[in-house]
Amino acid sequence: MAESSMFRVPQTIGHILCCKCGVPIVPNGANMCVTCLRSEVDITEGLKKHVIIMHCPECDSYFEPPRTWIKAQLESKELLKFCIGKLGDLNKKVRLVDASFVWTEPHSKRIKVKLTVQKEVLNGAILEQSYVVEYVQQDHMCESCTRIQANPDQWVAAVQLRQHVPHRRTFFYLEQLILKHGAASQAIKIKQVDEGIDFFFANRSHAMRFVEFVGKVTPLRNRHDKQLVSHDPKSNNYNYKYTFSVEICPICREDLICLPPKVATSLGNLGPIVICTKVTDRIALLDPFTLRHCFLSADQYWRVPFKSLFTSRQFVEYIVLDVEPVSNEVDFGGTKYKLADVQVARKSDFGRNDNIFYVRTHLGHLLNAGDYALGYDIYGANSNDMELDKYRGLTLPDAILVKKSYGEKHEKKRGKARPWKLKSLEMEVDESKGRSDNDKMASEYEGFLRDLEENPELRFNISLYRNREYQPSENASMTTGDDLPSVPLEELLADLDISDDEDEENNMRD
Amino acid sequence: MATRLMFENSCEVGVFSKLTNAYCLVAIGGSESFYSTFEAELADHIPVVKTSIAGTRIVGRICAGNKNGLLLPHNTTDQELQHLRNSLPDQVVVQRVDERLSALGNCIACNDHVALTHTDLDRETEELIADVLGVEVFRQTIAGNILVGSYCTFSNRGGLVHPHTSIEDLDELSTLLQVPLVAGTVNRGSEVIAAGMVVNDWTAFCGADTTATELSVIESVFKLREAQPTAIVDEMRKSLIDSYV
Repeated sequence: MAESSMFRVPQTIGHILCCKCGVPIVPNGANMCVTCLRSEVDITEGLKKHVIIMHCPECDSYFEPPRTWIKAQLESKELLKFCIGKLGDLNKKVRLVDASFVWTEPHSKRIKVKLTVQKEVLNGAILEQSYVVEYVQQDHMCESCTRIQANPDQWVAAVQLRQHVPHRRTFFYLEQLILKHGAASQAIKIKQVDEGIDFFFANRSHAMRFVEFVGKVTPLRNRHDKQLVSHDPKSNNYNYKYTFSVEICPICREDLICLPPKVATSLGNLGPIVICTKVTDRIALLDPFTLRHCFLSADQYWRVPFKSLFTSRQFVEYIVLDVEPVSNEVDFGGTKYKLADVQVARKSDFGRNDNIFYVRTHLGHLLNAGDYALGYDIYGANSNDMELDKYRGLTLPDAILVKKSYGEKHEKKRGKARPWKLKSLEMEVDESKGRSDNDKMASEYEGFLRDLEENPELRFNISLYRNREYQPSENASMTTGDDLPSVPLEELLADLDISDDEDEENNMRD
Repeated sequence: MATRLMFENSCEVGVFSKLTNAYCLVAIGGSESFYSTFEAELADHIPVVKTSIAGTRIVGRICAGNKNGLLLPHNTTDQELQHLRNSLPDQVVVQRVDERLSALGNCIACNDHVALTHTDLDRETEELIADVLGVEVFRQTIAGNILVGSYCTFSNRGGLVHPHTSIEDLDELSTLLQVPLVAGTVNRGSEVIAAGMVVNDWTAFCGADTTATELSVIESVFKLREAQPTAIVDEMRKSLIDSYV
C-alpha cells in the first residue's frame, strides 16, 4: 500500500528552568540560559586582543613579514583581511562567523575590529560571542619609500634605446605603442636624447620586461651590463646598477636598400635592390621588379648588418605621365601590388626640360596619368655605397617609385586641425647637445601624423583619440577626384576624462 | 525535604544508593558521612542497609525496587542476597532476576503502583516485575532514550524526566503514571536524572552540584515541602502489624 507512512506525533519541545537562574528556556546541551552560559564560559579566552602592526605613512601600506608591504585604505576589504590574518590561526580554536570594523579616529593610530566567533561548549551547546580586537599602528617607512626619500632620482636599471638614423619617425611610433600597451608605466624617468630615448626603472625585472616588449615590435640587439654600487660583506648583499644598451636596426619603412651579396643569396637571390615595406619584429623586404616578398628576422639582420641606400628623406616628387600595366594585381599579405611600366618625369624637370624616365614600378594599381608619386632619384644620385660596388654588371633603374603622393592636397590641408589627436609620453628633453631644432622636429612629427592617416595598418597598434577642439570647416568637403585618405571616425577612441564631474564619464560610450 | 550530598567527590548520588518508601540501600566505601546523612534523615522510619550488589558499589543502578519488593541482577552473590533478606522488612520480597540486561536500575523506573521499563526487556522479567513489585508495567522510552531507569525518576507524588522530553510525551507519560511530571535537570544541568538523585514520598537526596533552581523544582514536583514521614510510615505500619501481643 502506498500510503503506509507511520503516524508520527508532532513533538513540541517544552520549556525547562535554567539550572542557574531559573528563567524558562528551551532545553539545550548545557541546560542553562545563554546569560548563565556566557558567565560560565568565555570562548574568547586565549585569543589575541591586542596586536601591533607597522604602517608606512608615505605609501599607506602595512607591513607583512618577512618582506612585503600591502597597500590598503582604512576600513577596506584588504585591510580587514590583513588584520584577521595577523591574529594567527583562529580556525584551530573557534569558528569565525563575522568580522567588521569599528570606527576609530584616523589620527588615533588605532584600528578596531569586531569579531564574532562560535565555539562548542559543555555537551554540544554552541555559544556565539563577539569581541573587539585593537590594533596599534606604528609608523615605519617601507624600503621603497626610504630609497625614494633618500635619493629621488635613484634608478636601479636603465634602458638606452638608440637608432642611428637621422630622423625620429621610429621613436614617434614607438612612443605611441608604448602608450597603448602601458609598457613604460613602471619607469621612474624618461629622457629624450640625440638619436634615442633613455628609460629609467627601479627594478631590473621591469627593465627586462620593457626590453622584451620593444623587442617584439622592432628588430633590435641588446647587451646588458651592471655596475656595483654597494656591497654588504656580512650578509653578502650586492646592490648593482643595471644598464641595457638596445640598438634598433636602422632600416625603416620605405627605405631603399641594396642587399649585400651574402644576404641576397641567403634570401633566395632576391634582387639586390629592395624596398623595405614594413618593420615589426621582422623586416619585410619587397623586390619591386619581381614583386617578391621576404622577411628578415632580427638575428638574421644583425648577423650581417647593412645600411639603407636611400631613406625617405631623399624622396623626390615625380609626375606620372603614362601607366602601362604589365602583370595582374597580386596580393601579398593584405597589400596589393601590380607591376606596371610608367613614364615619369621629375617635378622639378616638368615643363622645364624633356627628361622623361621609363621605369618599372610595383604601384601600378595606384597610379594613373597625372598623379604624383614619391620615389628615389637614382639617375641623379651619387651613392657611395660599398655594397653597390660589390655587384658587377648591375644595371640600376633611373628611378624607383615608392608611394603615391597627395602633395597639393596636403598643401591645402596644412594648418588645419585634424579630427583626431595622439597622446604623448612625458619626456625630459636633453638640451645639452644643441639639437633643439624644434622646427625640424615639428615637421617630422607632421610627417608622422600624415603617415598615420595614409596607412591603416600602421594605425592598428595605436590608440587615436577624438580631438574635441576640432571643428570641421564648411568648405572642407570639396574633394574632387581622389579622396584624401583620412582616419575614419570609427577608429577613434573617446578620450577618458577622469574628472570630478561625473557627466564626463558618459562620454566613454560615444 | 531535599538534601544535597556527595559520594566520594561524585555528585551522582543515585548511582550509589537506592531509596524507596520501605527501605534504603547504600553503597559501602567512601566516607561514613554519606551513610550518616541517610541515617540522619531516615533511620527513625525505615531501615538503611549498607550493602554491595554483585560485588559492586553501584547499587542504585543495578537493582530496582519499591515498598513491595526488590529485584536483583543474576550476578548477585548468595551472601549478598541473604544479607538483604535479613536486613529488609519481611514484607519486602527480594528476588534475583535472570535477565540479559543486568543493570535493572537503568532499565526499570517504578513507584509503588506503576513501572516503566526498557523496551527490550524479556517477557518473563516483565511478569516477574508485575508479580514481585505489584505494579503495572509499561514499556516506554523517554525523549527517545530507551534507558528509562536512568532518565526519569518518580515517586507516588510526582516525577522528574529528561529535559528534552516533548510536551506530548510528557502528557502521555503523565496519564500512564497518574502523577504530575515535569522536565528538568539535576546536578547543574545534568540530564541523567535518576543517577543524580534518589527520591521517595517524603524526602529526596540530590548531588551537591544541584543548583537552588533545580532543588526548588524537585521539591515542588515531588511535593516534599509539606511531606511528613510519620504519616506515611504509620500507614504502612498499620498494615504490617497484625496484633500487639
